[in-house]
Amino acid sequence: MTESATSPDDFAATAQDGAQKKGARQAPVLAADGRPLKASLNRALRAQKMRALMLIAPLLIFILVTFVAPIADMLFRSVENQIVSETFPRTVMSLEEWDTDGLPGEDTYAALTYDFVEAAERRLHTRVGSRLNYETTGMSSIFRKSGRDVGDVGEAYADQFIALDPAWEDPATWVTLLGSQDWLRDQAEWTADATEARSADMVFDISEPRFALATAPRVLLPETADAYRSFAQTIADVDQDSPTSEEPWNSVYLALYRDLMRTDAATIAAYDGPGRDLLVAADAAVDGFEAVDLQALYAEMDDGWVEMPIWETFEAFSDPYTAGYFLAAVDLQLTPDGIEAQPENQRVYILLFQRTIFMSLMIMGMCVLLGYPIAFLLSNLSMRASNLLLILVLLPFWTSLLVRTSAWKVLLQQEGVINDILVWIGLVADNDRLALINNQFGTIIAMTHILLPFMILPLYSVMKTIPPTYVRAAKSLGATNWTAFWRVYFPQSIPGIGAGCILVFILSIGYYITPELVGGRTGTFISNRIAFHISTSLNWGLAAALGSILLALVLALYWVYDRIVGIDNVKLG
Amino acid sequence: MNELPPYATIGQRVWFYSFRVICGLIFFFLIAPIITIIPLSFNAENFFTFTPGMLALDPDAYSLRHYEDFFTNPDWQQAMWNSVRIAPVATIMSVSLGTLAAIGLSQSHVPFKGTIMAILISPMIVPLIISAAGMYFFYSRIGLQGTYWGVVLAHAALGIPFVIITVTATLVGFDRSLTRAAASLGANPVTTFFRVQMPLILPGVISGGLFAFITSFDEVVVVLFVGSAAQKTLPWQMFIGLREQISPTILAVATILVIFSIALLTVVELLRRRSERLRGMSPG
Repeated sequence: MTESATSPDDFAATAQDGAQKKGARQAPVLAADGRPLKASLNRALRAQKMRALMLIAPLLIFILVTFVAPIADMLFRSVENQIVSETFPRTVMSLEEWDTDGLPGEDTYAALTYDFVEAAERRLHTRVGSRLNYETTGMSSIFRKSGRDVGDVGEAYADQFIALDPAWEDPATWVTLLGSQDWLRDQAEWTADATEARSADMVFDISEPRFALATAPRVLLPETADAYRSFAQTIADVDQDSPTSEEPWNSVYLALYRDLMRTDAATIAAYDGPGRDLLVAADAAVDGFEAVDLQALYAEMDDGWVEMPIWETFEAFSDPYTAGYFLAAVDLQLTPDGIEAQPENQRVYILLFQRTIFMSLMIMGMCVLLGYPIAFLLSNLSMRASNLLLILVLLPFWTSLLVRTSAWKVLLQQEGVINDILVWIGLVADNDRLALINNQFGTIIAMTHILLPFMILPLYSVMKTIPPTYVRAAKSLGATNWTAFWRVYFPQSIPGIGAGCILVFILSIGYYITPELVGGRTGTFISNRIAFHISTSLNWGLAAALGSILLALVLALYWVYDRIVGIDNVKLG
Repeated sequence: MNELPPYATIGQRVWFYSFRVICGLIFFFLIAPIITIIPLSFNAENFFTFTPGMLALDPDAYSLRHYEDFFTNPDWQQAMWNSVRIAPVATIMSVSLGTLAAIGLSQSHVPFKGTIMAILISPMIVPLIISAAGMYFFYSRIGLQGTYWGVVLAHAALGIPFVIITVTATLVGFDRSLTRAAASLGANPVTTFFRVQMPLILPGVISGGLFAFITSFDEVVVVLFVGSAAQKTLPWQMFIGLREQISPTILAVATILVIFSIALLTVVELLRRRSERLRGMSPG
């Protein structure tokens, strides 16, 4: 539409040919502005391409954002498993060295404590629990129950440190011991500003500077520093509390005990930062502390913590990406010994996929059976008559899907019209009405009705192009009606059957609404299961994996459709 | 096939009529369910079947109470209002973006045409439940889940393939020398577009728009996931009605929607014929 006065597309080809033939022997042909004609034409072609792309770009970006990105997100979710490694990073690290032979050691239980306390404070532990519960039942309740008690782990050490020197109870001790100089200065400034603002009754909405660790204790007391930073940042994030006014969690005392037990006296004595004397005194005393068996503490919270399944599941699902959802979607599971079949009573998905495909094939077959005669009739009638009858096909096509589904629901019910008629005729006894709905039969009937126009329209458009002379020629050569149809007419209509079949199959395999409403328990499709996992069981990863498999199936069929029919030939109405 | 030749054998005669009967039955299968609900929607009782009174054509057995319920019940009114608010906006979005892109796609030199076409058509190919799942995940990430604009954007994306297909089909028959003529007579590209090209492709644009509109207006799955209770549309309300508290008001709504779709079908048919006539194809 925006073409300039000269049209380059007709000229471009001849100009290129000409340039190649003449080669370098002649001087290049010049355009009116003195540039070589070839360059000029290329420029015009480029401009035209750009113009076309500029027209397409807004829509392309729109579709990429509103549609393609969501699909990509779903594919990503089907393998994503970051929640475990993000919420329990220390435990996952510590389990890397675990040989899966017997329970993990004390170090792992300590790492679990640091992670768990933070997760419980941030209310993330139940989410990890539900995630792992998809793999091993019972995990969810273990996590939920332990979330209440895990704060007490290390309490014994906290009491002993405080008994040794009450300074350990003072938040200021910890802040000066572990906070970096920069942070301490920023924090002091912030406190001053805040006090000043409060006394002047002004609104002060700058948040406290985020806690930062000093370097020396990070080397000297690695676990303590890590546990304390987790404490300081978590209380700031969750409750907007300041580490300068809160006593650390019990887990920090546990970390300090472990650090001091591990480090020898000379190293501690060589330290010359703030709180040195306290540390040296504590280091001298820890050997006399009453030790706590972490494993026993966890066993008290829940027996699950000292049994193998929880740790095996933890280890199997500690990677940030997992094939677990896909395996679950095909009734397999990831165990420490590799991939295994699900227990017999939990295998549902293969069956569901089979049922979906079987019912889609049934629907497709019904559509061919009912659609072929109609398309045949339409293509052999006069234009006027066929246009009139075509309206009968197009009306259901244009009628709301829910209207058609509710119509079938009304017709097929036990107290519905069809049963009433059957009782009235006397085919069925009144107390013995047929169950026509909430089963596979209901789904197949209703969906055949809904998808029949999608079979008739492509069939009709193919049959319209078959010249009637071929059949007449066959008959004149002595073929019977049947032979003429079967050997001459039918083979020419196969492309239409193929197109209609693939279309109906693609549409039916992903159907949700109708099976949901008339399918009952036995007539539902894989898509109903996907919806169930999204909105009811909240197992989004599994929903995404099932969706990805379905998507792959549909795209493969679509590719075949494109090969046979070509997407450009899709006709509407 | 049109009519029976006088020399037809008895077998041919039997087949000829039985074939017509078979076709009649299939047409009956296609239309009867839709027609049946119309009288049922005037049922005076709360039943989904014909009462003896209705069969006896007793005027007392018929009533407009379900229509009354539809027009007075706040749930249904809210749902209808939501549908009316969502579908036209989504349609305008898909028609404006889609027409522009279809014009771009119909130019003679478009790089990656196949890939672009595949991407633009994809919302029609991907099963709705998958689109809905992906959109639910992604839109919750970016804060669009449960908002009016989230539903509108999702519906616009679903309507775009229909606009692309119908408008590119119209553009195939478009005579490019017309725009050249306009340009040679001094019209600028914008004038050329609105005064020459647009009137000619308008039937395609309108029928594409109607497809986009009906897609959005009739869509349940995506709105079920992307929307929240505040975006409950008419199909959603019907879906709930069918699944939980089945009430004959649904039949009244269904009847209204059938009449609505007959109107839409008529418009599309008229447009298609007009377009074919303009392009010098068979009058149909």
